[in-house]
Amino acid sequence: MSSAQLEVAPQRLAHQFEDIDQQNECYIVGMWTFLVTEIMFFGALFLALTVYRSVYPNSFFEAHLALNKWLGLLNTFILLTSSFFVAMGVRAKMLGQNSATQFWLGLTILCAFGFLGVKYVEYSAEFREHHFPGPNFHFVATQPPGGDLSANSQVASGQPNISSRDFPAGYHPQQLELHKRQLFFSLYFVMTGLHGLHVIIGILVLGSIWFLIRYKHPSVDDYMTLELAGLYWHFVDIVWIFLYPLVYLIGRQ
Amino acid sequence: MSSIPLQPGALGTPNEQARENYLNIKHTVASWLLTKDHKRIAVLYGLSISIMFFLGGLAAAGIRVALVRPHDTFFSSEAYNKLFSAHGIIMVFFFLVPSIPATLGNFLLPIMIGARDLAFPRLNLLSWYIYIIGALITLGAIATGGIDTGWTFYVPYSSVYSNTDVVAVIVGVFFAGFASIFTGINFLVTVHKMRAPGMTWFRMPLFVWAMYATSIVMVLGTPVVAITLLLVVLERVFGVCIFNPACGGDPILFEHLFWFYSHPAVYIMILPSMGVISEVITCFSRKRVFGYEFVAFSSMAIALLGFFVWGHHMFVTGESMYGGMVFSIITFLIAVPSAIKVFNWSATMYKGNVWLSAPLLYAIGFIFLFTIGGLTGLYLASLAVDVHLNMTYFVVAHFHYVMVGGAIFGYMAGMHFWWPKITGRMYPEGWAKLACIIMFVGFNLTFFPQFILGFLGMPRRYHFYPPEYQMWNILSSAGASVLAVGFAIPFFYWMWSLKYGELAGPNPWGAKGLEWAIPSPPPSHNFDSVPIVTEEAYAYEEIYARELAGDYSDSQVDRPVSPLNTEQPDQKTLEDHSSTEESL
Repeated sequence: MSSAQLEVAPQRLAHQFEDIDQQNECYIVGMWTFLVTEIMFFGALFLALTVYRSVYPNSFFEAHLALNKWLGLLNTFILLTSSFFVAMGVRAKMLGQNSATQFWLGLTILCAFGFLGVKYVEYSAEFREHHFPGPNFHFVATQPPGGDLSANSQVASGQPNISSRDFPAGYHPQQLELHKRQLFFSLYFVMTGLHGLHVIIGILVLGSIWFLIRYKHPSVDDYMTLELAGLYWHFVDIVWIFLYPLVYLIGRQ
Repeated sequence: MSSIPLQPGALGTPNEQARENYLNIKHTVASWLLTKDHKRIAVLYGLSISIMFFLGGLAAAGIRVALVRPHDTFFSSEAYNKLFSAHGIIMVFFFLVPSIPATLGNFLLPIMIGARDLAFPRLNLLSWYIYIIGALITLGAIATGGIDTGWTFYVPYSSVYSNTDVVAVIVGVFFAGFASIFTGINFLVTVHKMRAPGMTWFRMPLFVWAMYATSIVMVLGTPVVAITLLLVVLERVFGVCIFNPACGGDPILFEHLFWFYSHPAVYIMILPSMGVISEVITCFSRKRVFGYEFVAFSSMAIALLGFFVWGHHMFVTGESMYGGMVFSIITFLIAVPSAIKVFNWSATMYKGNVWLSAPLLYAIGFIFLFTIGGLTGLYLASLAVDVHLNMTYFVVAHFHYVMVGGAIFGYMAGMHFWWPKITGRMYPEGWAKLACIIMFVGFNLTFFPQFILGFLGMPRRYHFYPPEYQMWNILSSAGASVLAVGFAIPFFYWMWSLKYGELAGPNPWGAKGLEWAIPSPPPSHNFDSVPIVTEEAYAYEEIYARELAGDYSDSQVDRPVSPLNTEQPDQKTLEDHSSTEESL
């Protein structure tokens, strides 16, 4: 990054800093520290997912078959592409090409909306099938879409005790199976929902920068603001990189 | 410590008060509410946490009133549950966690490392606003019905069964958590990137090291409790199923995630105090701190080890026996860096020219109470003993010795030590000592009986108890009223000192450190020119030597001449002193 600084327009120096280098380093370190907190934030959810998956392997296997892995894959491609676009945008901004920056930012935001659109299709399918946890939760495990039913039942019959060993007597087994799948969908909705929230925040941040550049606001004279927003956007991307295999793929045979 | 020339003039003069400083530069309300000056934000935080401390104290008073009689009729049992919940939530999340970092840390950290401000002044102000929003939401919920889950929000009671306003309180705590994350990020970046020329890592004051360690805990721990509490809210509002055992969830998972933050959070409370104590003891012993690197690294060790002990809160929840053993061992290990600090403070005072001023009195109180609190922690870390003591008043007494005896005595020591710097006025020394002694006596009278109660088996959080426990409870309640008087006195003499206190010069204590090299109160921009640091922290040898020779001019307020000085300066003592330093 620093090699390109020679070409950028002079940055504004806040009063607490000695020079531009110190200011930029502070911004970068601060953003990375913030991303560390975000990692811890999602980390707790990944931990919960891992714990419950190891406790209820069969139920989680059956439940995750209901997710559409191809739509998930599509979203992975969309997000990865958007990360490329935002990196191009930062590069254009460093070179002082404002219209190119706007072009790449526009593409990034378009991808973000595309991601949310695909997510909407997925969510509405899951709501239609009453997969949203709550009193109306309903799950038919006999017809996993596109899944291999025989392999599924083999796993289930091979280890009959795993799924029920942790519960006291008195629970109806079928009800119990339903509950454990509900657990999977709870985590699925919370994790993808929070990730979606981060995508929306990303859209707001990148969109404001787009408008600020459009109206030549002094706060975006230099590339630093966009650089930080780009870091955030890459983070949103990386969360999905972990989320997609752990929720959609693991357990498929 | 720096190349900044100290202003001549020993004590402050009226002219000096007319000089422009961060307090008198502007007087409008907007200039306070929209300030980006770390010193003004520190004052805003100081006022806010004082109000929260008062409210939390009121709840504590209610608890002690209720526990005077075995079968209390003054409060309903529901009200009692709400009282101890309000006490815990307000004190932990809205007083102790922000206490020293957001006030003294905010004020001093940039000055101590020679910076004009924190790295992100706007983020700092945002942190205060988020804290205030969280506090208002929480107080609103407590005022309009309260919450009865305790400060730990254990599921499934909090997420399913409690009929109180859990959601609002959790949202408030969530906000307070983000305020603390922002403070942590700000401090980390500032310490890494904003140090003045010559301010190497091992020249930083130990208070800065403590703040650095605290910030690491804030940054790594707080997000985890934030998401955990968010999950409780989602479970309560949307009926999703994460922790509820009725649908396969695991309440113990909540406890793991909660204590992953909340145990390190006690180090957020105690580490800053330890930093303050290191400053106060070196200054008033006129000695370099014994084993600087050890004290600095023990802060880091406590911060890091603190993340691997959370399981000791769950010894009796059916946790794996081997897990319990590992958590027990690591908990014992954390006593090592804590003990290093206590020994090094004691060694620092040894053969020092000790000046028993009010800040040092508070610091010594800290060492006593923290030692008791720390050692009783080892009882609770022992697997077998914990089975007997878990969830009893022994636990309550233990963590109050650490959090009140430790954190608040450290806070008081720091507030007295830096009061002249913050306000430009001296507090009345005699009253401060009196308050310290009353606080110390009241504190021990309140909480020592609770050790005995716990050992006898009285469970915590119960409204009623068998009559044979009454004597100890009455002692405890009586102690609480003494403690309340102790806490009230500083409020009055601090207010008094703002107007009538003796003017403090730039360096009333003759202390080392960049903050004492600038006027009090400091100017808005802290330093006229960037200080260049040429010495390590706590280079007190020269002052020590001068004072041994009978020259007490370094301290600008009257200091009593210690017995050390009634005799001729003893060459051997001097040599001993310098050889101790060299061996470090």
